[in-house]
Amino acid sequence: MKYACLIYSEEGNPDVNPDPSSDAWGAVIAGYMAFGEEAGGAGKILAGEALQDTETATTVQVVDGDIITTDGPFAETKEQLGGFYILECADLDEAISWAAKIPHAVGGRIEVRPVEDYG
Amino acid sequence: MVGEQWSRVMATLVSDLGDLTIAEDAAQDAVEVALTTWDASGVPDNPGAWITTVARRKAIDRIRRDKNRKNKSEQLGRLESRLDATHPPTGPDQQLMNDEQLRLIYGCCHPSLNLEAQIALTLRAVAGLSTAEIASAFLVPEATLAQRLVRAKRKIRDAVVPFRIPPDAELLNRTRAVHHVLYLLFTEGYAASGGDQLVRSDLCDEAIRLARQLADLLNDDAESYGLLALMLLTQARKDARTAADGSVVLLADQDRSLWRQDLIEEGTAVLDRGLRRSAVGPYQLQAAIAALHCEAPVADETDWPQIELLYRRWLAIAPTTVVELNHLVAVSMVAGPQQALDRLDASRLPEALAEYGPYWALRADLLRRVERYNEARAAYLIAAEHAGSGPERQFLQSAAATIEPL
Repeated sequence: MKYACLIYSEEGNPDVNPDPSSDAWGAVIAGYMAFGEEAGGAGKILAGEALQDTETATTVQVVDGDIITTDGPFAETKEQLGGFYILECADLDEAISWAAKIPHAVGGRIEVRPVEDYG
Repeated sequence: MVGEQWSRVMATLVSDLGDLTIAEDAAQDAVEVALTTWDASGVPDNPGAWITTVARRKAIDRIRRDKNRKNKSEQLGRLESRLDATHPPTGPDQQLMNDEQLRLIYGCCHPSLNLEAQIALTLRAVAGLSTAEIASAFLVPEATLAQRLVRAKRKIRDAVVPFRIPPDAELLNRTRAVHHVLYLLFTEGYAASGGDQLVRSDLCDEAIRLARQLADLLNDDAESYGLLALMLLTQARKDARTAADGSVVLLADQDRSLWRQDLIEEGTAVLDRGLRRSAVGPYQLQAAIAALHCEAPVADETDWPQIELLYRRWLAIAPTTVVELNHLVAVSMVAGPQQALDRLDASRLPEALAEYGPYWALRADLLRRVERYNEARAAYLIAAEHAGSGPERQFLQSAAATIEPL
């Protein structure tokens, strides 16, 4: 069973997302490296990416055949989607236990969603 | 007879299949077959084995008919291989059966489901109540309740919520979640905030039955004993807490001869069994407090100093505003109403609980006891505005009206 782990946190909060030039940022990156090694080593990670800040987002919509683009993310929320993993797990409990190891589970939140299977 | 078998059959089928919907449908089929067959030819020697076998056959039929089903042959194989297994198992297999039932309970009370869904699922799958019964107990339309169950079962299926006894690291938290569901079930029945009294008091019986089952299954879990004891000791006083006209009777004014001694004895014994075990948790403390109330032959002989101490221990573990409020009741009985009132005023409670009826009821009682009658009357009326049920409101209104001197 595939689960998407969507990583949400306050991108402007330096306690959760430190400046990339700081030592604290290095610690966050090290956390993700460790997670990648552990979960990846166990064969759990099918995909995973970090996203750039929502400042870089563009929202696209087609209305009556016209492409309408808007600056910014789809929804302005307190916490923003900052990245994701697709994990292969036996069941929700396993997915929850891996999600709890994603560094931003502390200070942020991980939404665990089963991936639709059309097979 | 059929009802007793329900949760075992469900537990076995869910363990076989991990699929609540098929298990429930097949168990329902089997119960219907049992009702007609047993009526005609008598109850078989081993009704549990009989009904489980029928339910497995019914599940096989249902899976065969389901064209879109995934893992069809795997599930069919598993069911067919178990058709001949002895049931109910004996000896070492008893543990297996207990585990099946625990798996069902932990699955229904999985924290990925919302609390209402957990409660409804537990009543349906574990207790075997019908959708209509659950709906009327919770005063919601049957269609709403049915929808709630459908959504929960869909989530269990689609997100693959496992029916499993949680690993040791999570067992404590997950067991607490089960306790919470059973406790809410009990208080929902006990509070009787409206609706059909009879159905709602059934909820208390169901909650007690489930709590007893959980305590038996876990065997060694002190808080599970505490929860069961709390329910028994609370239920023991149930008949005394309302008068013939339906009005509320306060603990101090209750006719203690109406208290059920059998439940008090069982509750106290269960509590002792738990207290001999280790860490004392909130349900045990609550049950111990209930036991002290039950042990007092008249209200004046209540061991308030001991109760005050228990509340303090409870506050040390779980500092909630409601416990703080109850602690102050005990303080007022030990150190006097003025002490309690001073501590209440010095706390953050007046601000935090400005909309909470019981806060105003306590405040009113303390004000009355220190003879600040006008303020007491006003507080009773505010408490009445926030009362949960009709009888409670009437009680508070009449307390305000009869306060002396006018």
